[in-house]
Amino acid sequence: MFDTILIANRGEIACRVMETAQALGVRCVAVYSDADAGAKHVAMADLAVHVGGSLPADSYLRGDAIIQAALDTGAQAVHPGYGFLSENPAFVEAVEAAGLTFIGPSARAIRAMGLKDAAKALMVEAGVPVVPGYHGADQDDARLADEADKIGYPVMIKAVAGGGGKGMRLVEHSRDFSDALESARSEARKAFGNADVLVEKFVTQPRHIEVQVFGDRTRAVHLFERDCSLQRRHQKVIEEAPAPGMTPRMREAMGQAAVRAAEAIGYAGAGTVEFIVDGSGGLRPDGFFFMEMNTRLQVEHPVTELITGVDLVEWQLRVASGEPLPAGQDDLKITGHAFEARLYAEDVPKGFLPATGTLTHLTFARGARADSGVRAGDTISPFYDPMIAKLIVHGPNRAVALSRLRSALAGTQVAGTVTNLGFLGALAGHDGFGRGEVDTGLIARDIDALTVAPVAGPRHVAAAGMAALGLCDAQAETGFTLWQPLRRQVAMLWQGEEVVAHVMVEGPDRQHWQIGEDTVVAHRVGEVWHLDGQAAPPVAVAGLVITVFDAYGLVFDVIDPLDRAGGASGDGNLIEAPMPGLVKSVHTQAGQAVKAGDRLAVLEAMKMEHALLAARDGVVAEILAAPGDQVEAGAALVRLEPAGADAAEAAQ
Amino acid sequence: MKLTSQALPSSDAFKANHAAHLDALGTVRAAAEQAAAGGGEKSRARHESRGKMLPRDRVANLLDPGAPFLEIGATAAHGLYGGAAPCAGVIAGIGRVQGLEVMVICNDATVKGGTYYPMTVKKHLRAQEIAQENRLPCIYLVDSGGANLPNQDEVFPDRDHFGRIFYNQARMSSLGIPQIAVVMGSCTAGGAYVPAMSDVTIIVRDQGTIFLAGPPLVKAATGEVVSAEDLGGGDVHTRLSGVADYLAEDDAHALALARRAVGSLNRAKPATVQWETPEEPAYDPAEILGVVPADLRTPYDIREVIMRLVDGSRFDEFKPRFGETLVTGFAHVKGCPVGIVANNGVLFSEAAQKGAHFVELCSQRAIPLVFLQNITGFMVGRKYENEGIARHGAKMVTAVASTNVPKITMLVGGSFGAGNYGMAGRAYSPRFMWTWPNSRISVMGGPQAAGVLATVKRDAIERAGETWSAQEEAAFKQPTIDMFEEQSHPLYASARLWDDGVIDPRQSRDVLSLSLSASLCAPIEETRFGVFRM
Repeated sequence: MFDTILIANRGEIACRVMETAQALGVRCVAVYSDADAGAKHVAMADLAVHVGGSLPADSYLRGDAIIQAALDTGAQAVHPGYGFLSENPAFVEAVEAAGLTFIGPSARAIRAMGLKDAAKALMVEAGVPVVPGYHGADQDDARLADEADKIGYPVMIKAVAGGGGKGMRLVEHSRDFSDALESARSEARKAFGNADVLVEKFVTQPRHIEVQVFGDRTRAVHLFERDCSLQRRHQKVIEEAPAPGMTPRMREAMGQAAVRAAEAIGYAGAGTVEFIVDGSGGLRPDGFFFMEMNTRLQVEHPVTELITGVDLVEWQLRVASGEPLPAGQDDLKITGHAFEARLYAEDVPKGFLPATGTLTHLTFARGARADSGVRAGDTISPFYDPMIAKLIVHGPNRAVALSRLRSALAGTQVAGTVTNLGFLGALAGHDGFGRGEVDTGLIARDIDALTVAPVAGPRHVAAAGMAALGLCDAQAETGFTLWQPLRRQVAMLWQGEEVVAHVMVEGPDRQHWQIGEDTVVAHRVGEVWHLDGQAAPPVAVAGLVITVFDAYGLVFDVIDPLDRAGGASGDGNLIEAPMPGLVKSVHTQAGQAVKAGDRLAVLEAMKMEHALLAARDGVVAEILAAPGDQVEAGAALVRLEPAGADAAEAAQ
Repeated sequence: MKLTSQALPSSDAFKANHAAHLDALGTVRAAAEQAAAGGGEKSRARHESRGKMLPRDRVANLLDPGAPFLEIGATAAHGLYGGAAPCAGVIAGIGRVQGLEVMVICNDATVKGGTYYPMTVKKHLRAQEIAQENRLPCIYLVDSGGANLPNQDEVFPDRDHFGRIFYNQARMSSLGIPQIAVVMGSCTAGGAYVPAMSDVTIIVRDQGTIFLAGPPLVKAATGEVVSAEDLGGGDVHTRLSGVADYLAEDDAHALALARRAVGSLNRAKPATVQWETPEEPAYDPAEILGVVPADLRTPYDIREVIMRLVDGSRFDEFKPRFGETLVTGFAHVKGCPVGIVANNGVLFSEAAQKGAHFVELCSQRAIPLVFLQNITGFMVGRKYENEGIARHGAKMVTAVASTNVPKITMLVGGSFGAGNYGMAGRAYSPRFMWTWPNSRISVMGGPQAAGVLATVKRDAIERAGETWSAQEEAAFKQPTIDMFEEQSHPLYASARLWDDGVIDPRQSRDVLSLSLSASLCAPIEETRFGVFRM
């Protein structure tokens, strides 16, 4: 076993690898960028090396700096994690050239699987079923269209060098082919620098089922399948193992095909063979086709770990350090069922846009495995994947595991950024998913129902109000009045709307809340507050932001009455001389758009130069003084008008 | 020394006492609720429809959320002016803002436009007096039309009338007691001086106005036609006149600005007493209703009350074997050391000497005094006069009058005659004086007074050689008895601000604690006693 390894990655996977490595007594070296100086993986590591700027290209993609870090710290091996340099054969070669071990497959194996068309040809040779399609080198438009006709519509155009859904186009009809081809190529060129495409049969009710394999260069075993059919725009959302409806015969067929694929390229380490499965008529041993092989540890590897009891990172380290496969095929068994849900900082209403923010609060439900690269207080930066955590649950069967997934999601508390937690919760509660009726189109079909905005009820407003006013930990004298409680208010923003709640604090253990027409009685029993008899939801407070942990997190913004604009005199349209003086210079002209704070003129008075600034954004309507003018206090110098006033007049 | 109760909560007497006290409490509660409702439903609705917060809501939103509010004069003017001035048209009390104890004085514009009745003035001045004695920053939430004109003779000219408000502001400011005004409505004529005399003034835009004469008077005087806003609105006063310092957009904003102003005071409580960790009494304070007899004439052991007020029911009784009708001793109320002086019967010479001695002790040690007053007076009769009970009583009165430690008086039963003086009645300037619903206060008991008058009359009649039947005498006495009964009632007293309010006896411990805490905002000055008649 190695004595020291370097993990050429960040976030949850770096932490995940370190957890196992450190448990095995292996020292871990982390690398980090500027943005990650305070990150969890750096804190966890035995040693950490700064490798560059925040952009991946300046740090985590800098193979040379990373290898130098490994050499400097005495690491004997490099674990690439996933993403970044994990499937870069040149990096593998460089690692090995530096006399270090790459914890993963050979450069040759990565190359063999890196180009999709070549990979498929290789698989056909190895007897692995592939989707009917054209993977030829002839990229002539007419030839491709011709091949599409031969395969039969619908077809899929894919970038040869692709991945992550980029450069992919579904074509339903022959007449749409050339437009789709052009856009797929242009996207592929931008994303991968390679515009070549392949054309494939499009499976109508496709399921994404992948097989985890593990090789030691000579032999390979499979660790059964994972179903990753729940995808949104080709991004996996919830994965599970085993696949619903999987039969022993089909599993056997898929497993053997995957092992053949791995052995065909002398595979070492963890890998995943992805298949597209035709789910239209149930799972049949002849209904699966090779899609691609991922020559790395997958994001969703934990579900396999939970059903097999195998620590895949441990296997990676042992095999990389020269051991043979730790288990044979017959030693491997499936126990129960597992799910993984990917929790991201994403703005669901804005089309799942990646979000950023500082996690003011982060806790996970007990009983679930949470693989996370961030802690409360950490920041989701714009530089990397906005993953917060992977929530992984296991149960003796699918129903129990799913029930645990639902409660794990309900018990997850994140504040400080928007997340896809509610979407994951809705998905976990989806009827079809509950019945195991999954396919890759499920999310798209039901997206509206899965992204319904949460509703904040009176108890949520009351819970937020209590936190906003600091009434949760009341003192003995809290609420004391002689005869009648006083009524206080708190104003908050809920999804952009102002909500005003009134509270009468009747004592340290009792409050009466009024929210519009609704009343909520808060009552403390021991240390626990109850709202209308039910335990109050947990709440996190970060400055003026209150997150109520119910319905996957409801965010209220407290309105500070002091934030109301006030005190400024007039409307800011007229820039006046504050005292008698000489207009030294004018820095603007009529019609010019100005921003609040822009310098409009300079007045010389009392031996000082006073800059006169725009009080707000607008357009200069007229200049009322010229340089050299002696003006009185209060003299108007410049008149502004709201931007767009001109345009509005012109339109009339 | 933990006190041990002899009370039996399951006894009929306990239950009967409890029921009678609840009944008396109900009467006070009804009066307090009426006072809190201000000028009535219509007037309140109109007030709110203008976007203004109701006065009590203003107080609540000024204070720290959930902070205790020790209201004074909660039933002031009850039954006066034909009920036209509930709560005397002004809310006053001690609350906490940014953790600092402050005096809040808030006009209730739903009551006759917040104009000042005589009792309004008296209450405002009493609140200022409390603020000055205890060095509490004052926050005036102003919304008032000024003096109530039909009552101008009882509001304007005398020393303790309207003008005293501004005198107090100036004096307090000079003593370093901050004066903050929030103009949330009218501030007309004399009222204009409340914001003008304040250290810091906030005004609400399009709502607060400050002027010496309103638009109608201006028009009458000079013919100038001007709107209230242009004459003295928030914009004018914060931009042109400088009468106000901060412009607020609405009530909530104004109150937040006032809170911020308090945050800038750089003020801390002085170090005074040695605080202990608070501890609940061993006996439930709510049992007070059962242990105190409903009838004032029934004697009971005052220690039953003490043990329900003090921490751990522990009481270090001083001189327990001497002058037993006055109970004196040391205890803690929510961690604050106190010296308790409590009546346990009529005062004899020994009791009065012991009282004077104990007050001296507390003054020497700077321990606040709590008087639990239930006194029919000093003992009368030849033996007592001849031994000089007046001289001994005078010692106690001298001690109580001279001491500079904070005094809190709680009237838990009768307060009759000179006993009132020795037990720090209103005239002896206790920092706070609270009364229970069962208490009675008058120069003597009604039957005694009627008896005195009847004796005088009977003497005159009999001197004239006429006779006076027992029936005639009873008829003669009844109006006096009735008058004393009415005038000695705590609501009658509190309506006239002879005290700071009637309280629920079960809240006595909280009220004492808050009163003590407020009192300790001022340093305890050293005491110099007057001449004791030895």
